[in-house]
This record gives sequence, C-alpha cells and structure tokens, in this order.
Amino acid sequence: MSVRTRTETIDCDIHNAPRSEQALLEYMPARWRAARAAGGRLEAAVEARRETLGDRSYLGGEYPRATPRAARTDAWPPSGDPPASDLEFMREQLLDRYDLRYGVLTPMLGAGEQLDLERGAALASAINDWQAAEWLEPEPRLRASINVAYEDGPLAAREIHRMASDPRFVQVLLLIRTAEPLGRRKYWPIYEAAVDHGLPVGIHFGGWSRGPITGVGYGSYYIEDTVGMATAFADQLTSLVCEGVFDRYRELRIVLIEGGIAWLAPLMWRLDRAFALLGAEAPSLSAPPSELIREHVWLTTQPIDEPPRAADFDALLHDLGMNERIMFATDYPHWDFDAPDRALPAGLDPDVRERIMAGNARSLYRLDG
Amino acid sequence: MIDCDVHNVVGPVQTLEPYLDSHWREVLEKSQFAGPTDQAHPPNLATSLRDDLPPVAGQAAGRTVQALREHVLDPLGTELAILGCDYGVESVRNPDAAAALAAAVNDWQLDRWLEPEPRLRAAIVVPSQQPAAAVAEIERRAGDPRFVAVYLPVRSAVPYGNRQWWPLWEAIARHELVAELHFGGSAGVPPTASGWPSSWLEEYVDMPSAFASQLTSLVAEGAFDRFEGLRVSLIESGFGWLPAFLWRFDKGWRGLRREIPWTRRQPSEYVRDHVRVSLQPVDGPPDPVQLERVIDQLGSDRMLMFSTDYPHRHIAEELDAVPAGLAPPLAQRLLDTNAREHYRL
Amino acid sequence: MGRGTRVAVVARADEIGPGERKLVTVGGRSIGVFNVGGEYYALRNRCPHQGGPLCDGFQFASLRARAPGEPYTRGGDGEIIRCPWHGWEFEIRTGRSWFDPERTRVRSYRARVLAGAALDSEETVTELQAETYPARRDGDYVVVELDR
Repeated sequence: MSVRTRTETIDCDIHNAPRSEQALLEYMPARWRAARAAGGRLEAAVEARRETLGDRSYLGGEYPRATPRAARTDAWPPSGDPPASDLEFMREQLLDRYDLRYGVLTPMLGAGEQLDLERGAALASAINDWQAAEWLEPEPRLRASINVAYEDGPLAAREIHRMASDPRFVQVLLLIRTAEPLGRRKYWPIYEAAVDHGLPVGIHFGGWSRGPITGVGYGSYYIEDTVGMATAFADQLTSLVCEGVFDRYRELRIVLIEGGIAWLAPLMWRLDRAFALLGAEAPSLSAPPSELIREHVWLTTQPIDEPPRAADFDALLHDLGMNERIMFATDYPHWDFDAPDRALPAGLDPDVRERIMAGNARSLYRLDG
Repeated sequence: MIDCDVHNVVGPVQTLEPYLDSHWREVLEKSQFAGPTDQAHPPNLATSLRDDLPPVAGQAAGRTVQALREHVLDPLGTELAILGCDYGVESVRNPDAAAALAAAVNDWQLDRWLEPEPRLRAAIVVPSQQPAAAVAEIERRAGDPRFVAVYLPVRSAVPYGNRQWWPLWEAIARHELVAELHFGGSAGVPPTASGWPSSWLEEYVDMPSAFASQLTSLVAEGAFDRFEGLRVSLIESGFGWLPAFLWRFDKGWRGLRREIPWTRRQPSEYVRDHVRVSLQPVDGPPDPVQLERVIDQLGSDRMLMFSTDYPHRHIAEELDAVPAGLAPPLAQRLLDTNAREHYRL
Repeated sequence: MGRGTRVAVVARADEIGPGERKLVTVGGRSIGVFNVGGEYYALRNRCPHQGGPLCDGFQFASLRARAPGEPYTRGGDGEIIRCPWHGWEFEIRTGRSWFDPERTRVRSYRARVLAGAALDSEETVTELQAETYPARRDGDYVVVELDR
C-alpha cells in the first residue's frame, strides 16, 4: 500500500543496519575479524557489541528504552532480522510506500564511539564498503553518508579521502555528542577534508562524550536522554561558531540531523546578544553568529516540533528565517519516525513545503532530476 | 516593585574570616587557600560588572549594601530585593570546608546585608554538592523569615531531580522555601554533553542547556509529584529557549510518560505551576513584537519576575530595566505580583 | 443491536484468545480487534497523531504511580495499546489516550460475540460479513458494529 504525498519527498535520515554483526565483520580486515572470533560471540547482535572483545564504547550510561533498538515495533521485517536491515522490506515500508525520490542513509553503528580509534577507523571503513555493496548498488534511490572515527581527525580525514570519489556518498557523518566540543582543533581535519571534496558534514543525534549525557550529569530516564539531545545540538553549534570554524572553512556546510528545528532561533538570539558583549573571546568571527549559522547550517525536521498552537509553527519558521535550509527526514526505522504525509502541518505554504520535503536536500546534496 | 535577582559579592575569602571559627581561620591563614574561584562571573568580563556603576565609598558595585542602595534600590524605588550570593562553595571538595564557608556566607549575609537593609531578602547558600550538609544549613537558617530561598547553582555534577537530592527537596518543601536554580556553578564536570568549551563566551551561551537539563530532571524524576507545592526559580536563565524546550519535552512525554508514571500532566503544566523565571537576561529576539510573542508562548502571564541581576550585565546596549512592548497588566505582574506570590512576600 | 446497525463478522470467538488480537479490514478500514480479559474491543488501526498503525503496537498494563519511589501500580494486562510510532498510549476499552483522554482518542467500535445461529436471524447483519469472514451457523463469532 502506498501513501499519497502531495509533494516529492527526499528523506534525509534513514538508519540502515546489518542483519547481524557478522554481516559487517565480513567487511573488516582479518585482524578485527580474528579479535572478534576470539570473543566467541559471532552471533551477537550489534546492539550487544560492548560485550565483545575488541569493541569498547559507551560504558555506564544504560537506559531501558521504549522499544527494542529504539525502533518502530512495526519495523521488524518478516524474516525477523533487525529493523532496516532488509532492503526489500525497507522498500515496502518506506521507499515505495511514500514514493521517496531519494533517501540518505545514516547508519549509526558506533564507529566514532570506539575507544580503540584504530578499530573505530576499521569499522567506519567496513560500514562504508557495506553501504556501497549492499545498499547503493541494488537501490538507486539511496545515497549514503561516510562514517568516520571522528575522535581522531587524521584517521577520519583519511576515510573521507578514500570514499569521496564515489558520488553516491553525499556527506560525512558525525554524532552530536563527542568527546570535546566540535569546534575544537582536533576535529578540524574532518572539516578540511569535507570541504576539499565539497561534502557537507552531517551531525546526527546520539553519540557519546566519554562522560555524562548532559552538562549537569546523567539523568535517570531515557526521556531525559532523548529530550536533552536538543541541548547537545545547541552547545555544539555554539562551539562551531565561536571557535571560528565557519570563518576558517568558508565552504563548510553543516547538516544538523534529528535535532528538530525550534531550538535554533532562540540560540541565534542568545548568541548574537552574547557576541555583542563578549565578542573579544571570538576575534576570528567575520559576522554575527546568526549570519554565520544561516550561511553554513542546514537542519532536518525530525523530530518535528509540535507547538500546541498552529500559528506558533509558522512563527518558528519565521524566526528561523531558514526556509532554504530545512530538510525533511523520517528517522526510519526509529520509534520517533516522522511520516512524510503527516509530519509537516497541513496549512504550510506549498512552496515552503516543497523546499522542505525535497528542494533543499536536492540542492544541498546535488541530487539530480 | 520586587527585584528577584541582585548579587552581594563576597570578594576575597578574608571577607568571611569574622564568621569562621578558629580552625578554619587558621586553615585560611596557613594554607593561603583563596576560597572558591568565581567561574560564573570572572572579574574582568563584560558580563560580570556593569561599567556604568561607579564605586561607592571606594567599593565596587555589588560589594557593599551602600553600593546596592545607591545603584539599584533607591533609583528604582525597589520595595524588596532578593540576594543571590554566587559564592561558589560547590567547587570546594573538602566537605567540612565547604560547609563552613557556606555557613560563614550566610552569617555575613545576615550581618552585612539583611540587618542593615530591611528591603533585602536572601537565598540560603548551601554546600549543594553534599545533600546532608546542605540540609543542615537550611535547618540552621530557615527560622529567619528573611531567608526566602535556597541558592542552587544550575550546574551540578548530578541533576537535581535525582533521588540523592530528595533530603534537600524535602527540607526546602517543609520550610516552604523557594529553590533558586542560578546561572553558573563549578561542579567539576564538563558543562556540556560534549566536554569543555574553549571560551567563557561559549559557557555563557550554553547555560540554558544546564537549565533545560535540570528542568527535565525535576519533572521526569517527579520532584513536583513527590514534594507538592514545591516552588522553583530559574535565575539568570534567560527565557527565549523555554517555549521550544517545553514543546519538545511535552512531545517526548506524550510517548514516553510510561517510563515516569508518576507524572500526570504534560511537563509544561508542571513548569507553569511550579517554576518562575527571572527577567534578566532578556535573551529573546531583539524585535519587541517577536519578543512579546515569545513571552506569550510561555503560556502564562505568571512566569516572569522582574530582576536587574545587579551588578552583572547581559546586553551591550544601555540597560532598559523592562523590555519595550510589554502590555501594562503583564508589566504589573512581572514587576511585582509574580515574585510576591512565588516567594510569598 | 437495532435496525440500521451495520455489523461485520470478523473472527470466530475462539480465534482471539484473552490477550490476543486480530487485524481485519472492514469496508476498507483497518481495524484491530482485541480480547482483553475475555471481552472484545475494536479500534481503528490508525493513530490520530501521525497515522501510525496503532494496533500493531505492543500491549501493556496501564501504569500509574502516586509519586516516585512509591509502588508502580499496574492495571489489567494488555489493556493499553501503544502506537509503534511515538509511543502514544490508548485505552483499548475506550479508545481514549492516556495523556489527553478527553480530546485525543482513536475511533473505537463496539465488538461482541454472537452465536452463529443468531447471525442468520439478525436482519441487521449485512453483506459486509461476506467480505470479512465466512460465518457459519455453528459456533460463536466476534462481530464489530460499524455505526453506533
């Protein structure tokens, strides 16, 4: 069954996954396959990766979540394989059902969160090769994101250089919680490599700072984890602006994925006011922060903000002033999925709707047709 | 008019010597321990001190009650002002030293501020990193009606809704005090979900994230369900971020409330019932029409309380005590009624 | 069941045991038919939020707590259906949402058991039964009322 959507749709956030950890390990060098075999748990799902030899990340921040793998409970394929691991079922449930023109893959498989950076780099390469072979080859509507071990700038840059010649990879992918603020120098090689190849840098919900998930420690509940992610986006963008990253890399395009959109206008108000007072600490800024943000930043819609009054949605778009920069995303197969036919308010201006649903992504990612 | 956020600045730790016992005076003398460092308001930053305020009798703004009178209370005709002393005792790891310093600050507040100036009220300074010691300090002060609140730096190492803080909330609720979550704090943990920013500019801009995390924690952990009648102030939090934050929190709650089944209403309703926000810094849009809309999006005319945040500065332009564009009924609530009701003055 | 009520026969009664459910299509609408504690209920399989397939979701006991740190109070097993998208909870008996029971509801239908023999004699049984379930005279059947 397909759903009628009024406008062409490009989905900027699809989380494809391997059927099993083994399916991904096949793309890794022998060293890591051997380490994994020695762990003796070849059948374990990727979800359980922290239990395994060679795979160390995200220690001590566990929350029972709403659903297994944070997925829609209807997203498990008939085969019983994990959500979004079965291309045929993804076609049925997403690509065909909503008649997507394109979809951008954003697999979140822990490459950047590895404590062993070399393993992270090997995992990132495996994820990228797996995407090319098992997703991009059979499905021309899909585009992919270059996974990198982003806590090591040079390793990440090496992977960007390796993958950038494949035009189906349309961006570099980082996660929003990182060990240090993303404006700091250790991440600059990533931006430099991305700009060299004309690739945007997508920064997605999630990740791990190696410490608590907020600036005031660990919350107790998953709702704090997920609701709190907006603060991570605000703080990271603040770092990118204040450290002068946009002045140093003038061609850099940042895509903030799965942050929603309503938080950004208030951040720009605050940044501009603070910059007027404390700008001496950010001497490299060539323009007020809001100008830099409007020039360099794109946003995806999901989880779509739902102010209780319809007029407030129009107001937030007005306050943002970034109708050219907002891009639709479903976050398939996760539980907070936004449906292409229902996510945006019904009364939205048709031109704005067209831009958000497809036009802006088409321009940013240089998608044809 | 009620000013819910003025600062009395301790300055050098020697200010507190008369209020410390012989042991801690000896420690200060022999160790040359300088006391907490003021990380929220480094002295040379533009935000830390309004440069339009001349010293009074040789003392900088914020240091003496005389300066406070001449700079704020007299010219504005303030009826009552609430002191928020941001002496960072939470940064002191030695638990006895932290408790002794907090107690000394409160004695100093009584002696040098509340006694000589009847227009003042104060927040109790507590060693907030240690719930039991914080409770003891509240018990010591709560009988004096001039202490109307408890000062909690918004940055903590563990969110304030966590059950480890319940004794603190129990004491605050029992004594019918207001909990003031205040800009700043030196909890010793990175102030963002992604480590330490390079500049103070970033820390300043990031502060609403700490407020948002604390509000999320208080609602999710059921502080308002367990401690009925609890009143919380967000001081120097700004409020431009608050509507969007509440939309997100409400949305998440509709699907995830099962995880926190004691919550019976949308988070925004808890916040509107229990939480008030100081006016300064106005961090909303510069356009008055937009700003009025943001205030309207708070969903209640009871949320904002007038404050000067003396002697700090948050905007580059000349200070306007009340932003333009506020309709008179709202202005009256903001200038007086909201704080009067919230603090039961 | 009065004249003019349209019903659809959607299952044999023993087909949907306690705690079980069945998704059926009646008149082009997807409907979830639930057996909760021996009683049958039917809900539109479409969440009022974003149109998610509500009746595909997990079922839960209703859950309350007076305050944090006090016992979790569970209602009857499976009386809540939770949308597989976004997790909104609805009471299966009434279609009311947990978070806003007055204003946010999913369409619910009356469902009950009829004896097969009674099906024939009920003049209000319509042609809809043919497209949903081949009822026979023997046994009991779950019927869903489409108009109320």
